[in-house]
Amino acid sequence: MLNVTNLETFYGPSQALFGVDLSIAAGELVALMGRNGMGKTTTIRSVFGLTPPSAGTIEFEGKDITKAQGFRIAQMGLGLVPEGRRCFTNLSVRENLLATARPGHWNQRRVESLFPRLAERRDQSANTLSGGEQQMLAIGRALMTNPKLLVLDEATEGLAPVIRQEIWRAIRTLKAEGLSILLVDKTLKEVLPLASHCLILEKGQTVWAGEPDALTDDLKDRYLGV
Amino acid sequence: MTQSHTLTATGLARTTRFRLDREGWISLSLLLILVVGATVAYLAGERFFVNLASRMVIIALAGVGLNLALGFGGMVSFGHAAYFGLGGYVAGIGAFHAFDMTPALGIPFLPNGSDQMIPLWLTAIALCGLLAYGIGRLSLGTSGVYFIMITLAFAQMIYYFAISWPTYGGEDGLPIYIRNQLWGLNTNNSLVFFFLCFGLLVLALSFCHRLLGSRFGAALTMARLNPIRLATSGVEPRPIKLMAFVISGMITGLAGALFADLNGFVGTSMLDWHRSGEIMVIVILGGVGRLYGPVAGAMLFVAMEFWLGGLTEYWQFFLGLVLLAVVLFARGGVFGLLAGRSRHE
Repeated sequence: MLNVTNLETFYGPSQALFGVDLSIAAGELVALMGRNGMGKTTTIRSVFGLTPPSAGTIEFEGKDITKAQGFRIAQMGLGLVPEGRRCFTNLSVRENLLATARPGHWNQRRVESLFPRLAERRDQSANTLSGGEQQMLAIGRALMTNPKLLVLDEATEGLAPVIRQEIWRAIRTLKAEGLSILLVDKTLKEVLPLASHCLILEKGQTVWAGEPDALTDDLKDRYLGV
Repeated sequence: MTQSHTLTATGLARTTRFRLDREGWISLSLLLILVVGATVAYLAGERFFVNLASRMVIIALAGVGLNLALGFGGMVSFGHAAYFGLGGYVAGIGAFHAFDMTPALGIPFLPNGSDQMIPLWLTAIALCGLLAYGIGRLSLGTSGVYFIMITLAFAQMIYYFAISWPTYGGEDGLPIYIRNQLWGLNTNNSLVFFFLCFGLLVLALSFCHRLLGSRFGAALTMARLNPIRLATSGVEPRPIKLMAFVISGMITGLAGALFADLNGFVGTSMLDWHRSGEIMVIVILGGVGRLYGPVAGAMLFVAMEFWLGGLTEYWQFFLGLVLLAVVLFARGGVFGLLAGRSRHE
């Protein structure tokens, strides 16, 4: 579904990615792992055309999207939940969900049944939500665009344990429904049982790819620092 | 497409309803003050004060237009005098050719000039929409100070074009000898004209209210806050901003047509960059991004212009002080002081 080969990306003169390879098949949940500053978010930014790569190719469903503009990439079916639960705080929950909605399976009712808290807060302004609720809203907003592939960048970072569980439950539901997901997260305990494939980045390169079972303690220690 | 329309129609309908909270009451009071003020002045035989109220209403309308671009779309246009003036010239040129019984712009196969307000208004709105589309297409690629300068440059081009066109008075401007007509109404009656302008202001306000409560309004807010995040949701920000810019120019152009009829005169002063600044001052004074902000701003501005302007010709010094105070201490403008913070601030 998504095929990234040999991606190289620069921030101005400094190179951040030195050849990232990544591939996701339909219905898979792929975990993108690595320590801080190893290029996970940059990879995602490059896929979405926010920091266009200088070399390498990105293909989505057989089409080359390496040079495409951000909104076109999103229209083709890539949904992003950016790092740091970015909602539009000046708008209400409902407006956040509906403004960029596209017709399809996901609508306001389905999002609200996935996150019942959003139904309770429907007419509240997004900046009155707690961090966890804002994260739910960010996920809901991405779902409302009815993506074929959902990209979650650190969706549970910095949230209270109870809220994290609610978000993990939602991610499990989405996976069970057959949505393809690319996940960046540091909590191995939650990620590994869910992932179909894992990928480890180090210094802007894919250094390891394989099944979660094959990820030995030795590898974890070496690349993930756990 | 049909589904997105149903979203527009039903999904956000709740937010488009006029609510009588504090903001609603203040908005309503502002409108009431204008209506009562104009009516009382008319009954007391004070035509001058009726016209002063009309002036407030028309300038408020121009501000409502700019506020859509500046306040809600985050596009700081320093060239809105172009639309204000173009609207004014449409009313003036229409009346000029209707008076002369010559075809519009002197071009033989065009229909004769018109002294009917409705076609003049529609022409003003259409031409201002086209102009704003052209200017917006070219300027929206830039942002910040470049956007301000490009919109200013376009407005100055139109200003100098008007100055160098002798047929319509050039620098001397163009008088409108007989105020344009609307069906059987006596538009020369100051109160009738006031209510015409007031009706259009209310129409523009409720149109903007609906627009901003719709999906388009939410997307416009998103485009202002974070265009990149909007793009990653699959919506291209630029056409949304361009649309808001065009509507903004149309509303300000309509205000220009009314302003020319109010004064019985249209001149290059309506196209001057001072005028762009004045409309911007009104929006900032009243409250950027508050629907009724320009109404409060225009009332304050015209009132100051009248009373302080009567005391000293340096009244703009005091305007500057007030503006400074608003910018430093009351970021929500006069309207923000009266009505409190906005819903999502």
